[in-house]
Amino acid sequence: MYTILYTILLLGGVGAFAALALFLTAKQFHVQEDSRIGDIEATLPNANCGGCGYAGCRQFAEACVSAGNLENKRCPVGGDAVMSQVAGILGIEATSGSPQVAVIRCAADCAKRPTTNTYDGAKNCKIANALYIGESDCPYGCFGYGDCKDSCQFGAISIDPETGIVSVDPEKCTACGACAKACPRHLIEIRHKGPKNRFVYVACSNKDKGAVARKACEAACIGCTKCQKVCEWDAITIENNLAHIDGDKCRMCRKCEQGCPTKAIHAVNFKPLER
Amino acid sequence: MKTFKIGGIHPHDNKLSAGRRFEQVPVPKEVIIQLNQHIGAPAIPIVEPGEEVKVGQLIAKANGFVSANIHSSVSGKVSKIDTITDAWGTRQQAIFIDVEGDVWMPDIDTSCKFKPTCNLSAEVIKQKIADAGIVGLGGACFPTHVKLNPPKEHAIDTLIINGAECEPYLTPNHRLMIEKGEEIMVGVQILMRALGVDRALIGIESNKQDAIDELDRIAARKEGIEVIKLKKKYPQGGEKQLIQALTDREVESGQLPSSVGVVVQNIATVFAVYEAVQLNKPLIEMYMSISGKEMEQNGNFCARIGTSVKDVVAMIGGMPENTGKIIAGGPMMGKAMIHIDTPVTKRTTGITFISAKSAPRFKASACIRCARCIQACPMGLEPYLLYKKALRQDWDFMEAHHIMDCMECGCCTFTCPSRQPLLDYIRVGKATVANNIRARKSNEK
Repeated sequence: MYTILYTILLLGGVGAFAALALFLTAKQFHVQEDSRIGDIEATLPNANCGGCGYAGCRQFAEACVSAGNLENKRCPVGGDAVMSQVAGILGIEATSGSPQVAVIRCAADCAKRPTTNTYDGAKNCKIANALYIGESDCPYGCFGYGDCKDSCQFGAISIDPETGIVSVDPEKCTACGACAKACPRHLIEIRHKGPKNRFVYVACSNKDKGAVARKACEAACIGCTKCQKVCEWDAITIENNLAHIDGDKCRMCRKCEQGCPTKAIHAVNFKPLER
Repeated sequence: MKTFKIGGIHPHDNKLSAGRRFEQVPVPKEVIIQLNQHIGAPAIPIVEPGEEVKVGQLIAKANGFVSANIHSSVSGKVSKIDTITDAWGTRQQAIFIDVEGDVWMPDIDTSCKFKPTCNLSAEVIKQKIADAGIVGLGGACFPTHVKLNPPKEHAIDTLIINGAECEPYLTPNHRLMIEKGEEIMVGVQILMRALGVDRALIGIESNKQDAIDELDRIAARKEGIEVIKLKKKYPQGGEKQLIQALTDREVESGQLPSSVGVVVQNIATVFAVYEAVQLNKPLIEMYMSISGKEMEQNGNFCARIGTSVKDVVAMIGGMPENTGKIIAGGPMMGKAMIHIDTPVTKRTTGITFISAKSAPRFKASACIRCARCIQACPMGLEPYLLYKKALRQDWDFMEAHHIMDCMECGCCTFTCPSRQPLLDYIRVGKATVANNIRARKSNEK
């Protein structure tokens, strides 16, 4: 009988003491946290992709609260919807940014870009890039071993097993930029996209002179300046024999696409052109 | 027999061309001389298109500390300075020369007379070596004059000559030792003079008994030079391995061989030093072996730098039809090439042809944790772990586990029963860690 009583008293006593100690410690070391940090974190997608430039969503939330404004801060995954909620929590006006998307500036399949050798090493773009030019004569093109696909958290990148072409699904892509960092040839560009996920871009990164580029790949940009001449909005610049379309200036009239002799300019989510 | 202590493997040596004398490759109609034939920044051309050049004339100047001079290997007219695509597809600057006659620079001794004595001072010798554009001809192409000027706090007492040639298939060093033994010994004495040491050790693997006998015979007449027979084991020719095998000294992680009082030079480099110091002849010829199991004939060749590799291979019947892999160098440390239509450079120590049947890699299966790669690693690293960490991109871990000590000898991949691509990933890790270290250093500055 007494055994049970003592046991209850002893354990109860220890429990009460521990509770008191914990209570006092918690009181003593209590940290007043801005509740907005937690609120913002809850509204964020919690993908922890690092696309905003911070280590994760928590760090982004802390940065938003401590700065008190949203200058240069944007969650690419959540987009305008999430950013307006964040602005609401902070009690400030939301700044809308145009949505972005990753594009792969190479669209050469085996038919367009003849293979000159066979790669037998580990199937990894970084390794192949450190060793040599790749399986074709183009030193700028895509290897197709999928470093970008592996780096994508949102399943937006796919590789066509037939043609080897890597493509981005603009619906799924959040423009976090992980793939752009993973690509050893810097083929991936994060650019603005228009309404209905539409955008026009040059799907080539070859900086060789036109003849050399054309010899290595049928779909290469040869720097002929045709697109630059036809563009009414000054959106196209040509540097090192390679055209680039500024996503901010482009009005998607598709005149450049029509004129491109190697069909290196791609328009996404449009009907195919009648040539 | 002496050898290094940890790791190492025993691949078939396949020295198919060992019995063949060097053949001189005829001077071609046009040579293409690359501007980056060494580690470090490419040399700066000092000739203009249309200029007449002679054999041995300086055509490009060293650009910076770890860079080397480049000389014309032929006489004729510079046609252009343009970009070429090398055997790996990378764009390189090169000087094109149309050959006219064979006129040598007047100060080069072309009399083929053997010159055994050298009374020059150490400084003059080093300057001559630097002027001649000599680089380490074992394949790494580190400028020799830089190696001959070790940090002042390191006292050098031994010169080691690397005649191990542990790489399978390659035989140019072996042939040089047999055919140019006397010259090499003079070269060794010149290097001893340049370094101010009175002891030189020549390490030769046991599969080259004829070379050991030849050099031993000559060394008996010279003071301070000792020829040592080494057990056949790969990678004995690695600098740190050779030092351990010959002197039992261990170079610590991240240190230079000079920290244990040693400077290592390769046999072909020593011969080039002899030619540069005694004959005033800059480095314009390369000694190489061309071999492969499917070749009609294997051989050793002496070709002017800038000659097309294709022309050299054509001398013994051209590339075999069923070639699956062309390797610049040997199968262990060499690098697979896309084609052979590429000029000979100071890096070309041999070309190896592997048949289509034996070229492809085996399919990799899962790691069975047998730890054979750890046993094989001559640097005492843990290749499987570095490989796993490279897959997970844990660069800091790799740095802490001494990835920068890896010399990419390939023992781990060779020995792996699961055929994992260990070295491929370790190389990526090494490159990334090297970048990180460089970035950190520049940040500190």
